[in-house]
Amino acid sequence: MYPRQFEYLAPSSLDEALAALDAHPGAKVLAGGMSLLPMMKLRLLSPEVVVDIGRIPGLDGITDHGDSVGIGALVTHAEVAADVLVMRNGAALATAASWTGDRQVRNRGTCCGAMAHADVAADQPVAALALGATFVAASSSGTRAIAAGDFFVDTMMSALAPNEILTEVRIPKTGPGTASAYDKLGRRGGHTDYAVAGVAASVTRSNGSIGGATVALTGVGNKPTLSHAVMDALVGTDGSDAAIEAAAAHATDGVEVLEDLYGSVEYKTHLASVFTARAIKAALNAI
Amino acid sequence: MKVSMSVNGSPVTADVESRTLLVHFLRDSLGLTGTHVGCETSYCGACTVSLNGQAVLSCTMLAAQAEGAEVTTVEGLARNGELHPVQEGFWERHGLQCGFCTPGMIISAVTLLEENPDPSEEEIRRGIEGNLCRCTGYHNIVRAVEYAGAKMRGEAPAPAEWENA
Ligand SMILES: Cc1cc2nc3c(=O)[nH]c(=O)nc-3n(C[C@H](O)[C@H](O)[C@H](O)COP(=O)(O)OP(=O)(O)OC[C@H]3O[C@@H](n4cnc5c(N)ncnc54)[C@H](O)[C@@H]3O)c2cc1C
Ligand code: FES
Ligand code: FES
Repeated sequence: MYPRQFEYLAPSSLDEALAALDAHPGAKVLAGGMSLLPMMKLRLLSPEVVVDIGRIPGLDGITDHGDSVGIGALVTHAEVAADVLVMRNGAALATAASWTGDRQVRNRGTCCGAMAHADVAADQPVAALALGATFVAASSSGTRAIAAGDFFVDTMMSALAPNEILTEVRIPKTGPGTASAYDKLGRRGGHTDYAVAGVAASVTRSNGSIGGATVALTGVGNKPTLSHAVMDALVGTDGSDAAIEAAAAHATDGVEVLEDLYGSVEYKTHLASVFTARAIKAALNAI
Repeated sequence: MKVSMSVNGSPVTADVESRTLLVHFLRDSLGLTGTHVGCETSYCGACTVSLNGQAVLSCTMLAAQAEGAEVTTVEGLARNGELHPVQEGFWERHGLQCGFCTPGMIISAVTLLEENPDPSEEEIRRGIEGNLCRCTGYHNIVRAVEYAGAKMRGEAPAPAEWENA
């Protein structure tokens, strides 16, 4: 199975890559290739120009920015899963990365690529949303920061313009009273493969009660989605199992649940509540 | 376009189309047919090779992306006619039946043991999650990797289960 013919460019600097995207409208950025190449082989996509960003120096690191942790465009799922800074400040993302695909996929696929690809059932985007990440996008006219709530637009559609490169995802650093967790049911059972349904939760405890909570769902709708009903129901409670389960029952209130090959609306609604409760409990236990 | 890389320790250079996948470069340009093509859709792991020491899917990678890299295929494991401990493990513990998944499975196991020299059964099963085998039920593959791990750590492998019976 071959992709159609294309012109392959491997720029050695970000500026050169951005210029190539301007010069070739319709060109596709190639990072780890774990989503782009399968689509090109199936000929669901046939770009005339592919811009491989894999040789650009400076995009391959996880950086301590003081108030945030930056994950560069070439950082792989395996590297995110194993990084101490990410584990400490965004355990939900580290876990989501460790459950993305299999070892071979994690060795090549990039965290930023998973964000840009924006699959409805992907693991890391929902963690980034729950953690309140910021997305740094570069184009030849400069750099802009996109809030997580604005980044995921629709099914396989992010806020990136075709001539933009996502250079970094930034996870805000967390204080001692806050922790996050991710849990899912994978399509192949357990935690394996894309999420039938998955939930990322970031929870803050203050003076014995829940001072803040951000809960986001994947696999149930057209994009990673915040569950405002759960957050409203949870904040101010004592964080007991009963309070968590009562809040989790509202997981999909106000969320449009869509059925797919892997589950009906009823099943996904049920799973969303189950995994909401599990993710919140795991986050609280980690504080 | 021209690509150059090291394959099983030897430098190679060839003219390929930009769309040439690494697995076709290895099999068709270099004649290294040990690496198999199974699903072609990134799911089975039959095409797994080691790229700079890491297990990757050669069917989901352009040859051009491997420019300058060190690639190891199943052909590069034996030394002076002696099997690599992982190959020996698959032989000694019957880790294969039809053999279709085996080259990818072996490379996957080699890179796993390089990263984690003493994996638990759970870690072995998780480590080969991306390699599908339709024959063995994985049981003897796990025993084969345990055998190889012991050998590589300089320990005596546990006796084969059928010898205990
Ligand atoms: C067998 C298999 C199993 C998988 N299982 C899972 C799973 O369980 N959970 C899950 O969430 N995902 C899964 N995936 C998808 C995987 O997470 C991909 O690696 C990821 O979606 C894409 O990252 P990449 O670096 O490979 O991007 P590529 O494939 O290179 O690119 C994907 C898309 O994003 C764009 N892009 C990439 N990087 C950038 C950038 N920096 N700036 C702008 N645009 C960019 C590309 O143009 C393309 O449109 C699986 C994939 C495979 C092959
Ligand atoms: S042939 Fe590459 S994963 Fe199946
Ligand atoms: S031995 Fe036949 S597929 Fe594994």
